[in-house]
Amino acid sequence: MKRILPILLLLTLFAMLTGVQAAQLECTDEIGCVEIGPDDPITIGYMLTISGATSFLGEDSVGGIQIALAERDGMLLDHEIELVAEDSLCSAEGGQTAAQNMAARDEVLGVIGTSCSSSAAAALPIISSAGMVMISPSNTAPSLTNDDTASGGIWQPGYFRTAHNDLFQGAVAAQFAYNELGLTRLATIHDGSPYADGLQAVMAEVFTELGGEVVFQGAINVNDTDMTAILTEIAAAGPDIIYFPIFEPEGNFIAAQSDETPGLENVVLMGADGLLSTSFPENTGAAALGMYLSGPYIEGEAYDAFLESWAEIIGGVPPSGFHAHAYDAVNILLDAIEAVAQVGDDGTILVGRQALRDAIAATSGYVGLTGTLSCNPTGDCATGEALAIFEITESELEGNWPPPVVWTPPPAEAE
Amino acid sequence: MRLVLNQRTLDEFSWVDFTIGVLRVVIIALILIGSFNTLSSGRFTSDQWVSLVISGLAQGSIYALIALGYTLVYGILLMINFAHGEVFMSGAFTAVFLAQAFDRSGFLNSAPLLAIPVLIVFAALVSMTVAILLERIAYRPLRNAPRLVPLITAIGASFFLQYTFRGFYGSSFQAYPTVDILRGSFPVGSVNVPISQVVVFSAALLLMFCLYWLVERTKIGKAMRAVSENKEVSALMGVDIDRIIVFTFAIGGALAGAAGVINGLYRPQGVNFFMGFVPGIKAFTAAVLGGIGNIPGAMLGGLFLGVIEAIGPNLVLAGLGIPGANQLKDVIAFTMLVLVLIFRPQGILGERLAEKKA
Repeated sequence: MKRILPILLLLTLFAMLTGVQAAQLECTDEIGCVEIGPDDPITIGYMLTISGATSFLGEDSVGGIQIALAERDGMLLDHEIELVAEDSLCSAEGGQTAAQNMAARDEVLGVIGTSCSSSAAAALPIISSAGMVMISPSNTAPSLTNDDTASGGIWQPGYFRTAHNDLFQGAVAAQFAYNELGLTRLATIHDGSPYADGLQAVMAEVFTELGGEVVFQGAINVNDTDMTAILTEIAAAGPDIIYFPIFEPEGNFIAAQSDETPGLENVVLMGADGLLSTSFPENTGAAALGMYLSGPYIEGEAYDAFLESWAEIIGGVPPSGFHAHAYDAVNILLDAIEAVAQVGDDGTILVGRQALRDAIAATSGYVGLTGTLSCNPTGDCATGEALAIFEITESELEGNWPPPVVWTPPPAEAE
Repeated sequence: MRLVLNQRTLDEFSWVDFTIGVLRVVIIALILIGSFNTLSSGRFTSDQWVSLVISGLAQGSIYALIALGYTLVYGILLMINFAHGEVFMSGAFTAVFLAQAFDRSGFLNSAPLLAIPVLIVFAALVSMTVAILLERIAYRPLRNAPRLVPLITAIGASFFLQYTFRGFYGSSFQAYPTVDILRGSFPVGSVNVPISQVVVFSAALLLMFCLYWLVERTKIGKAMRAVSENKEVSALMGVDIDRIIVFTFAIGGALAGAAGVINGLYRPQGVNFFMGFVPGIKAFTAAVLGGIGNIPGAMLGGLFLGVIEAIGPNLVLAGLGIPGANQLKDVIAFTMLVLVLIFRPQGILGERLAEKKA
């Protein structure tokens, strides 16, 4: 009897409190709601690669987010916007840790992330089961927006991306190599990550469809420094072009050591957006001359204004190619929060998680920096329109960035 | 192998021994089948094999220089210095900035025969300092602790050094500048050997000979050998144990620092705070392969490991039809370690902690 009294007291207190809240705003959301008090900030987060070899990707996206927030003066619906940061590295372990840290914070509405597809593969299930929304500015692996598990798809509800799907990037690379450069023998190297493996598979497939021949497909490990064995194997197969959609420093090693390998002196080297950073020509030196890189390409007045803001707020030029995608991602997220938020009389905000997901999924005809975005049911919001092939020339070795565009896909290309 | 089946044979029979014996045969068979397939398919010309072996020797000589550090410390303290990979990294990562400065001022390419030894000495000094500090701070207080304790401390010191250097120099990748005189190749017979590989191999060989001369022919080398044979008796003979141990760490560190710059001439990219981890483990493997505690063993183990890594995937794995053979390069290196530990635990040249043990 003695023990029941305090418990009853607590229960009544609890009922009173919830009753008081329920009187204001009701949460009818399937997943749940996030309640933000009148003086509390609206919390969004990011999980990007802000350290390590690929930190340029993360810094680039963070810059895009910061400019978007600066344009809104850091406020949404009269609440301050708070940004929570997590480092997803560029690996599955980093993505998992960052996602667990993020998911543990109930107040986070949505996350911009991750930078690398390998982190996203691990972070997806955690963020999805926490009910949060994840919009990636630079994940490009096709499996992330493929909901067919039989064919390797790992999509989970709540995941979106403003970056192009590699199905487009691989096709652009193959078209450039076969149609523009007239090369017919392709060798590919990947590093075991979902991004690189997926991209080289798409490139090989489209290249074969166009009429070319894939003479070698191989892989190296991250942290490998000596590429002579695999380059010798490739030389034995006699390709015209080596496609290695990997990151630094393995990409630098391959570019530098292919000069040393007999039989590969005249082979065209091509990489992808993983190497599209200022440090790549700096670190690789003369061996990178004449190399082609595929990657995102954005132009227009709005983009020029964005670059001016960048120079003012952050200084210099963006280190990679996905800053505009991050800018669009954050704006889509904040616009969606604004659209679904229930605002109480005293300034309390109630945001339903499923409602937020539905709002982002319904994005159609959104005019962003990267083009006109419309999200499909499995999270792809971008098309392949913002892609181009760049070439590394002398001026990049001297510090000029970005490299000149040598080819863009003809606009008639649809999915 | 006894062919007579009597009670004694059955008593001595052990399933473990039997399985290991079968494993031995299976592995040798796989290696032979794989090699035979690759060689008979003629996919690689003999020139390509020769150039692979030469690049393996160059890479292996770098492993050998780092392995010498492991072997020296084990010989004296019976302890594996797992932080030695980071000692290598400290020299390489610090010297890269000096090398970049030399390159910017033009000194590197106008006087390479002066600039490169300066870089090597600089890196050796930095690594030597880190090694001496390691010994003084992390290992000396644990001199009399059970064997496992310094091992764990070494792993902790390794992480500490990695992140300290990350704090000093940042997390982005740096690269050594390319030296003009090391570019290009010269023909040896019908093979074009890159000059950088020859320079790396010769420099490493020179340093290894210097070490061998130091240990075998000088007084301090004799003191090192004495301390590794029996610490207490050497102290009775008037050898200052602490000084010799510090000297051993210093020598090991200097070699690792030199290896850092030499590696930078050969594979300029990829310099960052994490670069010492994988070469550290591979060099440890090389030291065990050759016989831990054995100086010529470390040299041989390093070269052997380098060559196996270079020709292994293409020779054995590709012949067995395994896809992505080059991704399994590390598998070959560490399988080699496991095999050596199973079939000849004392290493190729045998563990030699002391000249004679009573």
